[in-house]
Formats: sequence, structure tokens, C-alpha cells
Amino acid sequence: MTVLRSRVTEDATFRARRESMLALVDEIRTLEAGVLANAERARGKFDKRGQLMPRERVEALLDPGAPFVELSTLAGYKMHDDDGERGLAGGGNIVGVGFVRGVRVLVNASEAAIKGGSVAPMGLRKSLRAQEIALRERLPVVSLIESGGANLLYQSEIFVDGGRVFANMARLSAAGIPQVTVVHGSSTAGGAYIPGLSDYVIAVRDRAKVFLAGPPLVKAALGEDADEEELGGALMHATVAGTAEYLAEDDAHALALARDVVAALDWNRSLGHEELAAPEEPRFSPDQLCGVVPTDAREPYDVLEVIARIVDGSRFLPFKPGFGAETVCGHARIDGRSVGILGNNGPIFPQGSVKAAQFIQLCEQAGLPLLFLMNTTGYMVGREAEQAGAVKHGAKMIQAVATATVPKITIVLGGAYGAGNYGMCGRAYDPDFLFAWPTAKVAVMGGEQAATVMKIITKAKFARKGLPLVEEALDAMAAELRDTLDAQTTALYASARVWDDGIIDPRDTRRVVSFCLATCSEARRRTLRPNTFGVARG
Amino acid sequence: MAYDSILIANRGEIAVRIAGTARSLGYRTVAVYSDADAEALHVLACDEAVHIGPADPSASYLNAEAILEAARRSGAGAVHPGYGFLSENPGFARAVQEAGLVWIGPPADAIEAMGDKARSKARMEEAGVPCVPGFRGDTGDAALIEAAEAVGYPLLVKASAGGGGRGMRAVRTPDDLAGAIAAARAEAANAFGDDTLLLERLVEDARHVEVQVFADAHGHVVHLFERDCSVQRRHQKVVEEAPCPTIAPGVRERMGEAACAAARAVGYVGAGTVEFLLAGDDFYFLEMNTRLQVEHPVTEEVTGLDLVELQLAVAAGEELPFAQEDLVLGGHAIEARLYAEDPSRGYLPQPGDVLAWEPPPGVRVDHGLRSPGQIPASYDPMVAKLIAWGPDRETARRLLLRALEETVLAGVRTNRALLTAVLRHDDFVSGAVSTRWLDAHPELQVTDGAVPVEAAVGAWLGVTGGDGFRLSHRGARPRAFAVDGERVVVQVESRDGAATVNGTAVTLRGAGVRRRLRVDGHERAAQVVQDGDAVLVRMGGAESRVAPWVPDPTATSDAADGTVRMPMAGKVLSVEVTIGQAVTADTVVARVEAMKLETPLVAGVDGEVTEVLVDAGDAVAAGGVLVVVG
Repeated sequence: MTVLRSRVTEDATFRARRESMLALVDEIRTLEAGVLANAERARGKFDKRGQLMPRERVEALLDPGAPFVELSTLAGYKMHDDDGERGLAGGGNIVGVGFVRGVRVLVNASEAAIKGGSVAPMGLRKSLRAQEIALRERLPVVSLIESGGANLLYQSEIFVDGGRVFANMARLSAAGIPQVTVVHGSSTAGGAYIPGLSDYVIAVRDRAKVFLAGPPLVKAALGEDADEEELGGALMHATVAGTAEYLAEDDAHALALARDVVAALDWNRSLGHEELAAPEEPRFSPDQLCGVVPTDAREPYDVLEVIARIVDGSRFLPFKPGFGAETVCGHARIDGRSVGILGNNGPIFPQGSVKAAQFIQLCEQAGLPLLFLMNTTGYMVGREAEQAGAVKHGAKMIQAVATATVPKITIVLGGAYGAGNYGMCGRAYDPDFLFAWPTAKVAVMGGEQAATVMKIITKAKFARKGLPLVEEALDAMAAELRDTLDAQTTALYASARVWDDGIIDPRDTRRVVSFCLATCSEARRRTLRPNTFGVARG
Repeated sequence: MAYDSILIANRGEIAVRIAGTARSLGYRTVAVYSDADAEALHVLACDEAVHIGPADPSASYLNAEAILEAARRSGAGAVHPGYGFLSENPGFARAVQEAGLVWIGPPADAIEAMGDKARSKARMEEAGVPCVPGFRGDTGDAALIEAAEAVGYPLLVKASAGGGGRGMRAVRTPDDLAGAIAAARAEAANAFGDDTLLLERLVEDARHVEVQVFADAHGHVVHLFERDCSVQRRHQKVVEEAPCPTIAPGVRERMGEAACAAARAVGYVGAGTVEFLLAGDDFYFLEMNTRLQVEHPVTEEVTGLDLVELQLAVAAGEELPFAQEDLVLGGHAIEARLYAEDPSRGYLPQPGDVLAWEPPPGVRVDHGLRSPGQIPASYDPMVAKLIAWGPDRETARRLLLRALEETVLAGVRTNRALLTAVLRHDDFVSGAVSTRWLDAHPELQVTDGAVPVEAAVGAWLGVTGGDGFRLSHRGARPRAFAVDGERVVVQVESRDGAATVNGTAVTLRGAGVRRRLRVDGHERAAQVVQDGDAVLVRMGGAESRVAPWVPDPTATSDAADGTVRMPMAGKVLSVEVTIGQAVTADTVVARVEAMKLETPLVAGVDGEVTEVLVDAGDAVAAGGVLVVVG
């Protein structure tokens, strides 16, 4: 394999790019810190109740020192009741992939310290995505629940699709994927079905509340006087109703029990062995990635400079480097795992399309995971491209991406425009994981382009109808369209809508991809014991 | 008498050490082991091992019958007793020989002769071995005053029947003698009903110096020079060396001759040690140890001899292969005894699990440890001896210090800090120590300090591999650790194997237990040992245990909470308490019948009955509350 060379030196351009990228990373980190700060305001309340804070619960659950890849930390940013400041909640839950007693699990914890862990529409989407990952990657699910339930103001965006959470739980159980739920506090009404549909339930004494209707509703409906403990206390569920398998004295005890339950699954016993090459650090430090890639989308850069800072030994076997050169394909290893990489150095030309389609099919044939490093303005247009079969060749690439069954991981480095988003395995193509750099831009086209197109069309329309055109009005319309599109094209806008699994620091790319590859590899080596119904609760 | 197999009637480091020499000379070796030592190193060090009983030494390593039976079972031809246990038991020595086995030790008579302190002293005086001058024969004050001149000053006036310091007076000049005698006599009469007194020279600021002797069955007796064992903590030797750093050459010669005379006087054969008190150029016989000593390696290091090899040869009836004039002292050796003791709890023995043990490079280490392994509670807590040799004393001292620092012994507390403090002390460096020196310096009896939190946590991050990578919410996030049991919250930031803890960059380098820890640009040797979620970190003579802090679950799930409930649906037979009654956890509060079984129900907690919700005869559903104790 060729050892890639780098033309990058740590010169003024490098330093300027780095500074600019770090500012973008900092923006993300600051927002994340805002979520923490919002949660922190509730500490007194938790302390008084003898509870652990939600993030402390997650830390106590996870193996110390093991990685935890948290997903969609900024879901719902500036949407619904999230004002981006004091209402900033990260979707109202903490979701990620981590390790419990050596078992890779999916964790979903209510962010009970913010708005009581109530569920907003994007929090729901985050949970659904979490379940999708659990099913696909065959990860046991550990849920740490304490939630006021759905935010009723947004019930129209939650209720119908929300049912999917429970349907998925049944399907996960049926697929042979265990779900362990710790009830730390309220999990009532619809939320009661979360423990109800879990395979293992741990309830915290005097704190857990699991019932369909609380005392006021019961009184209203039946005239019956009942207190919360009778209706859904931990002790009641552990000793009378049987909804809980384990009664915990407090949060810490509950999490220790959850760790024991996961360990008892012996989940890794059937995990087949994986023969790995010795991992090798890249020759060029991943730390340089921030200085390698410009934050201004108009400045070109070579995606090979990125690859050189991600792959083992910076070794890369270019595939057809002289054919459709703008679409970079090739083999490399990441932490010892062989992977097929696709990257862009500009729009995808017809040659690039067929080359990519072939490369994807070859990886599918060999069972190699695919890594897409997306940065494209889309498929090439124009007479020459169209006549060269841009549509049919692009279609081949889209077909190949859509039907490939090997693990697919997408990192959006920059542009994710137009059908290029599809061909390079955007969200709709269900990559196993999709992360974005802070420079990601997801839209049908750029704002400037859209505005220009709109002006041309409008002018043509007016001309056809013989109407007078007020240039200033058209400019204003164009500007508005451009601004709207630009505002909807940021990484944050996309991440808030859970179009990705999170925005990452470019310097973490190798680590994240490696983690995802390991996750996918485990899933595909694991044999499940599916059943048709899911495990029914006793 | 020739033999080709040896049963080693001992355990721990000495059994391993004896086996090492014996095996290298082609002898078949047989270990004995108690229940507590089934996995011990000495078992593996020998060709065979025979179980001799339970952990309690009286039932195993002190059980002569069991050991002889082990010798019979294994067909051993000889028995080496090591030190301690049965090594100075003349009955055992005889029993071994009566069983037709070779006894690798001195004749039983010699053991007996030296076993009784009073009799041995008398015998030594006869043989011309200097003993602490004294006078017994109190026929009145005048006799004592007359004798005092010969005893010499300073002296002690002691009650013959005495003990505990009563009836005892120190006298420094003849002028004070009469008064002291009168006071002591009165006190002795009072305390013991017997006013008989004796005189004894008060030997002050004395060193403990002992001479290694060797004798064969052909009448040859030699000495292998002296060892200085003055550094003692409560009569327990801690650091020993050879030669004595302050002995004058002439004194060495005289002491060596006296030691040989002592051995000859009792018809000694084999390895023995004659202990003296050395004060100035005067020395006085204390006792003779009729066995191999713990500290014999320092003699081996400065003479180039293997004392066990000599023991085996002498026991086989061979002549000593050298004469006194063939022996030369070479260089200097110092031994430090590593004890599994807790200095913070009065040097209480610390049996338990050894997580990791790696002897240091560059010095001789005699030990009986496995890694990981156990230190049983039933036996002596000395687990290893580190012996450094150098061409001069200072080199040996420095090497020993470094070796102590490089020793990996994790999981149990040790006296290591005491050892290094002794070796660093000016008095030790200059050689100005006496047997009471260490006890007079309690400030040396220190425990290991704590590693700075940043370094400790940084090491934990490095070891657990484990930098706790977080994709988001990273920055410096507060993480709670238990450092030496205390909850500590630090700001941790980590990326690609490098971490900052509270803003201090910490990198752990290398692999294994002995690594290097770079803290804020200062790199030092460090030891790291993983113990489950915890990491033991040792650096710069300090040691800490770091683990992620996990809140302690307050109780088990079936803990009593003062609410007494019906275990299953049934009938209340009787209520045994009334409101306001004080109860303990064991107090029966009610008797119930369910499924034809009568069950007494207890309060479960101490307190006062605050509610009684049922009467006798009531039918109650499962889980129904009967009584509440507040």
C-alpha cells in the first residue's frame, strides 16, 4: 500500500484554518456545556432526594475508563421548547454507546435534571434512532428512566409516532436483544410501558413510580382514593404487580444491579473471534485535521490529506486513481480493520459515479465496511456530463450505496448537497452511523445557488408574461431565499433534527470511525436468538 | 553420612532459599506445606511437596510427627529445619536422627546447651567467653559494695526475684552505690518479699554484633566474621549488615575467637551464630543461635560462600573446605527485611492478597512470594529480604535504597517507608546506631505518603486504557475518584492517550507494572498495578490507590425499614407489642399463621412502636402492614 504524502505544512494558512475550525468546535462544546449547566441547576433537588444526577447515573453505569460515544447531544437545539439557552436540553435524554462490564451497550438515560426529563419531539426522534442502532448493531439496551413523560404542548408531534418506541421495544425483545431498564423516578402513563416492555426492570425504592394513571386521574375516573406507592411504587411492583425484577435501595444500588444484570447476560460468549491486523497510528497526526480542512466551503482541499490523518500508517491503496479522479476510492485500515473509503475532491462526474458504484460493489463482495468522507456539491451537471450519462451512472452509485449490506459509516466533512448526499450515503441511505464535522452543510443546494436559480426563473417568467420586473424586489426575494437556505444548511440545524448522530471534533474522526467499525463488526459476528413474540413479562 | 534428598521442614523465603542451593547441587528436595501454603512458592521451589496439616503452625510446621511422616512418605534422606519452627528443638533433632535421617543442624546436645540462657552463660564464662560482668552472692550490703568494683560502672542493682524494673537502680558512680542498694532492697522487699539483690554491668549504647561460626564433625571451627544487627524495632531486626561498620580490627579478631571458643565449648557442628553486645571495644556474650540466621545472606555476600552448601557438606560428614586464614572479607553487604505490616496500625501484620510482586533488579532478593499470591495470616509477616552488596558500605546502601524503591509489592502494606527512612538517616550513614536507636527515633516509623492526586488520577487514566474517551461533553469534565478511600473530584480532560488532570498534563509511558509517569514535564519511575477498577500507583516513595468513586449502596434490598408486613396472606394469631413500646430488631412484634405455618415476625429495626394496625384474629393480605416501628 502507498504511504500517503502530505503537502500540508503548519504555515499561516494552516494556522488560520485551524483557528477557524477550533472556533466552530468551540461553539458546539459551549452549547454542550450549556446543557450541562442547565442540568446542574437541579443538583440541589437531586441531592435532597438522595438521587444521582442523570449524568452521574450514566457514569456509574458505565465501565470506568471505557469509551462512551454519546449521540446527538444537541438534538432539538432551538426547536420547540428549546431556546438554545436556558431551555437547552439536548433532546431531554442522554443517548450513547458505551460499555457495561465489558459489554457494548446502548444507553438511553432521561435527562431528568432538565424539565424533569420530559420528552420533546426531537428527544423522541433521538430515542427512536437509539432503538434503530440497538437493533441494527445488536446492542443490549440499558435505559435509565425518570421522566415527566411527553411534553403535552407538542403532543401532536409526539403521540402517534411515539407509539413506535413501544413497538420497537417489543421487536427488540423478539429479535433477541435484551433491554434492561432502571426506573429512577416517574415513568408513568405511556411511559409506564417502558418498564412494562423491558426484559429486566430495576426499580428504586420510594422513587420509582410506574402507573398508567396517578391518584388524581384515578379519583376522577373511579372515585377511588389511592396513593402513588399503591399505584406504582417500587416495592409494589417488586412484590405485588411483578413489574420489577429487582428492588434497589437507591440510584447507586440500582446501577450496580444493572451492571450485574448485564454481566449475567454473558453477552460476549457467542461473539466470534475477529482476526485483526496490528493497529498503527497514522504517520500524520489526526490533531492536524483542523488545520488541513478549510471552514470556507469554497476553498478546495485534497481529501487524501484527511485520509492520511485517519488511516493506519497513513497507508492507502487508491482504486482507479486515474479514472474519475474527483471521486476518491481506495482501501486502507483503521485500527487494524480493513475498510473501503470513498471521498470527494469536488462534484461527482459520471466516471466517478461508475467507479464508486464498482468500488462499493467490490467491498460488498469482499464484505468490507465502507467509510464515506462526504464533501460534495453534488453530481456534475452540464451538457458534457449529461451526455456522458450523469443520470444513469449516478443512479448506479445510488443503487450500490442503497443496497450494500456491509457496515457503512458516513462522516460529513463539508458539503452534503443534492443527490451527492444520497450517493455518498447520507442519512436516508441508512449508514450504520453518520457523524458531521462542524463544517457540514446539508441541503438540496447552496443558498447562493438557489437564489440565483430563483432569479433566473423569475426573470424568465416575468419576461414570458411581459410583466415589469422590480429588480430590488427580486433581489430582496433572492436574499431572503438565500438566507433561509443558509440558515437551514448549518451543521447545528441538521444535528438538531437528528439528521446525523452528532457533530464531532474533526480530530476525533479516526477514533469515532474506529469505534463505529468495531461496533458494526461485533454486530455482524454476533448470533442472536430471536423469537416471534418478545419475552412476555411475568 | 551420604544422602541425596532433603526434606525442608520450613516455609517461605528460607525454604525457597535452601531448595535453591540443594537443587543446584543435585539433591532431590521435598517441601512440606500446610493448608494455608498449598499454593505457596516454596512448594513450587521443591521437586516434591507433602501436605502436613492445617494452617495453625502447631499442627503443621511445628508438628514433628507430621514432618517425619512426610519424610517417610517422600523417602527423604535428610531434614533441613531452616530457622524458627523446629530448628532449635533438640527433641526434633533427636527424633530426626532416630528415624534414620540426617539432621542438617547442630547436635541436639549443643542445641540444648545453648537453649537455657542462665546455664549457657555460666558455660561461656567457664570457656572464657566474655559475658556481661555481674555479681550474685548477696550476703549483705558490704559484699555488694565490695563486688561492685569488679563489676564496673555504670552498673545495675537489681532484685534477684525482680522484674518489671521494680527494685532496680542504675548506678553511675561508687558514691551513689550505698544509697541505691538501700532503696532497691526496700523496694524489692516490698514488691517480692525477698530483698536479695544482684549486680550487673549496665551496657549502654551497645551495638548488636554477631559472629557467624561454622564447625565440622572433625573438630574444625572457623568464624565467618561478624554481622551488625543493631537496627531493631522492638527487638525485631530490621536492617543488618556485614561487616560491622564501627568494629576495630583487633576487636573483630577477638570476637571471632570468642565465638569459636563458644562453639567449641558445646561441641558445636554446623552453622551457628554467637551474638554479642558491643560497647566501645568491649563485647559481651548474649546467646548463641544454633541454626542458620535470617540475616545469613550478608555474610554470604561478603565471604562469597554459600552457607547452605556448607551446611549440607558438614551434615554429610565432610570437612570444612577451608581454614580460618583462607577467609577474607570482601566489600560490604546490607540486608533489609521487608515485612507485610501496617505502619499506621502499630506495624500490625498484614496478611492478604499480593496483587503484584516483582523483585527489584540489581540486588539479591530472598523471598517466598508469588505474583499474584497470598500472605497467610498464620505465619511471620517477613516476606522478603533485599540484600545489596557493594565494594564499600555507601555503594551497598545506595543500591539497597534504589532496590527498595523499585520493589513491586502491591496489595499489602509494608514497612518499606521505615526501611528507606533508616537507610537515609544520617546516624545510619555514619554508622552511629545502637540497638535502642530505632526505638528512640519514632519519626522514622513512617507510612508511605500519598501520590499527588493529579499524578494518581493520571496514572489511573493511563492504566485503564481507558482514557474514558468521550465524544461529547468532554472538555474538562469533573470526575469523582476514590483516592485512598477519600472522594476526590478532579477536572479531567483526555485526548489520544494524553490527559490533563486539574490542568496538569499527565502521561503514563511504557507497559507493565514498572512504568514512567510524566507529570507536568517531570518524568519519574512509577509503579502501577491494576486491581479491578482500582489502580495502585507508587511513585517517589509515595503510594496511592485510585478508583472511580462509586457511591456505596446503602443497604440490601431486603433491608428492614421498620414496617412489619404480612409475609403471605394469613391470620394474625397475636400482637406482642403495644404503641410506645421500645423494641429491638429481634423483638417479636406479632405471630401470624399462614398456610398452616405459625411464624413470629420481628421488628427488624431498633426503635419504638408507633403504630399497631391489626388485632389478633384479623385476616391480612400479603404485604399488609401489621406494625410500624419508628
